Amino acid sequence: MRFERREHRSVALVIATPVLAVLCALALAGILIAIAGAPVMEAYWRILVGAFGSRLSATETLTRASPLILTGLAAAVAFRARLWNIGGEGQFYLGAISVAAASSQLLAGLPSAVQIPLLLAVGAAAGIVLLLVPLWLRLSFSVDEVVTTLLLNFVALLFVSMLIDGVLKDPMAFGWPQSQPVADDAVLPKLLARSRLHIGLGIGFVLAVAVHLVQSRTVFGMQSRAAGLNPAGAVFAGVPLGRTLVKVACISGGLAGLAGAIEVMGVQGYVTTDLSPGYGYSGIVVAMLANLNPLGVVLAALFTAVMFVGADGMSRSMGIPTYIADVTVSLSLISMLVGVFFTQYRIRR
Amino acid sequence: MNAVIDIFASAGLWAAVLRIATPLILGTLGALLCERSGVLNLGIEGIMTFGAMIGWLAVYNGANLWTGLLVAALAGGVFGLLHAALTVTLGLSQHVSGLGVTLFASSFSYYVFRLLVPVAGTPPTIEPFQPIDLPALSSLPFIGPALFTQTLPTYGAIALALVLGYVLFRTPLGLAIRMTGENPHAAEAQGINPMVMRYGAVIFGSALMGVGGAFLTLSAFNSFFPTMVQGRGWICIALVVFASWRPGRALIGALLFALFDSFQLRLQAVLGGGVPYQIFLMIPYLLSIAALVLMARRARVPQALMQPYRRGER
Repeated sequence: MRFERREHRSVALVIATPVLAVLCALALAGILIAIAGAPVMEAYWRILVGAFGSRLSATETLTRASPLILTGLAAAVAFRARLWNIGGEGQFYLGAISVAAASSQLLAGLPSAVQIPLLLAVGAAAGIVLLLVPLWLRLSFSVDEVVTTLLLNFVALLFVSMLIDGVLKDPMAFGWPQSQPVADDAVLPKLLARSRLHIGLGIGFVLAVAVHLVQSRTVFGMQSRAAGLNPAGAVFAGVPLGRTLVKVACISGGLAGLAGAIEVMGVQGYVTTDLSPGYGYSGIVVAMLANLNPLGVVLAALFTAVMFVGADGMSRSMGIPTYIADVTVSLSLISMLVGVFFTQYRIRR
Repeated sequence: MNAVIDIFASAGLWAAVLRIATPLILGTLGALLCERSGVLNLGIEGIMTFGAMIGWLAVYNGANLWTGLLVAALAGGVFGLLHAALTVTLGLSQHVSGLGVTLFASSFSYYVFRLLVPVAGTPPTIEPFQPIDLPALSSLPFIGPALFTQTLPTYGAIALALVLGYVLFRTPLGLAIRMTGENPHAAEAQGINPMVMRYGAVIFGSALMGVGGAFLTLSAFNSFFPTMVQGRGWICIALVVFASWRPGRALIGALLFALFDSFQLRLQAVLGGGVPYQIFLMIPYLLSIAALVLMARRARVPQALMQPYRRGER
């Protein structure tokens, strides 16, 4: 048995791959649900009901999808250029804490129309700074950025923990380590009344389209893809590799920082060390499920959000640990990797 | 200054160094073996988590401690098989496959743990490995309590570093593994099957990672809780670079690292509330980054690391 590269990839196959990957992951997760002694189809039904069954749950799913779109885009943009930004989680937290700091210390009192855009920019800038460090280490010392971005996630979380236990601690929080809240003027407008759904979802949609246009229509987009496909070839063709990677890092880190900003300004209002249920890491899965396509990221983020919100509801009623959502999502990543392989290769005897 | 001298003069510090180093030694050796054959294994963090969980669970359910370690090794090997299937047979991106294995292995361990161990106020515990008394050695003044009051797996890990160094650099098998990591085409021309070498190295290396994780729950602590591996896997990946892919230096690197770590723990106790404790907790991660910066240029990377091997394709 051996693998042979396909001459051309059919569009139908490329579109079917993520669907098949998700179905495959759901089937494997079904085995785990069955082992736990619960009826599998009912569990899936409960997941759907938990994610879409009521106005509350549907808006909750979309609220959960909003930061995932941004962290997913962050990973997709970086991976396209083979910049292995696994630090989305740290950039998310640094974005969030910078927003809380800026809102409570510097920008308080400014009108919403000024404060909100400024704070979003602050969040993005914080994410960029945290990603530029490992990129600098890669470009100047050839240190693999996978490990450094991963390690910086822990540093960033400890840094946040230090701030919310120290200078940024909310004195009104009965001793709990949480940051001072963002000002009322800095709270993101709601998309729907009586829900937690905020304009962060719209920001995600707009940026997904923007990233798509940049990648497909601009010279920079072409250069970043070239840097990913063949760095040596790209340099030979005159692509300024370092400068391209810096720009990619600015977009990627900025998106992840922005995700932290909207979560703190749109949902929680203050920062704790459990602000993110792993949005940064899930963003990697979202990007891979979307096959690094920015528009696909929106759908993949939605699927991931459905799994997480739905599994919460299912877990309460059926006694299956909520971790089944993480298991399913990570299995869909692995299935997707295998699926993408078979769109490129066929098996020959 | 006196406080610092006191810390280094206490036998407890040196005993803690060996204890903290053990999971790092095992994880680093596992990652090193994988990388010597040409496969980066970022599944390590998840595999260590799964090993910690399954080893503990086996003992919690009545198995012997050594059986617990064996179960963790087998489970690690199974995840290694998965990683090898993805990266060696299919030749997928080793970065992304490894992260996929980590995400799957860690969420799967939390799922299994939550399913089988009911939620309780205090986490259930097991009776962990006890320090063994070495005749004569353990009763030496200072050196005894500092170096010879460890549990058996710690001595095992140190011995393993020496054995792995011998196998990699002094035996035909080691030569074959290293050759596969440097140039699989040349290895194949010598009658070595690169696929077999890589599968074997990744499975065995992952088994070591599983044991490294299990050491946490079966010797260093006595219970399992989510996120307990705390980036140790990533630190091991950094230590492999620091060690220039040599088992002996991996041992030294892990010990040095553990020395810093246990020193900062004690310094934290001495300095008390003046400095936020988070600063101390950041040190291991920053130290790993520093080690990478220091060594990345100098280290001689296995030339075929992260390059999939397909017969007849270049």
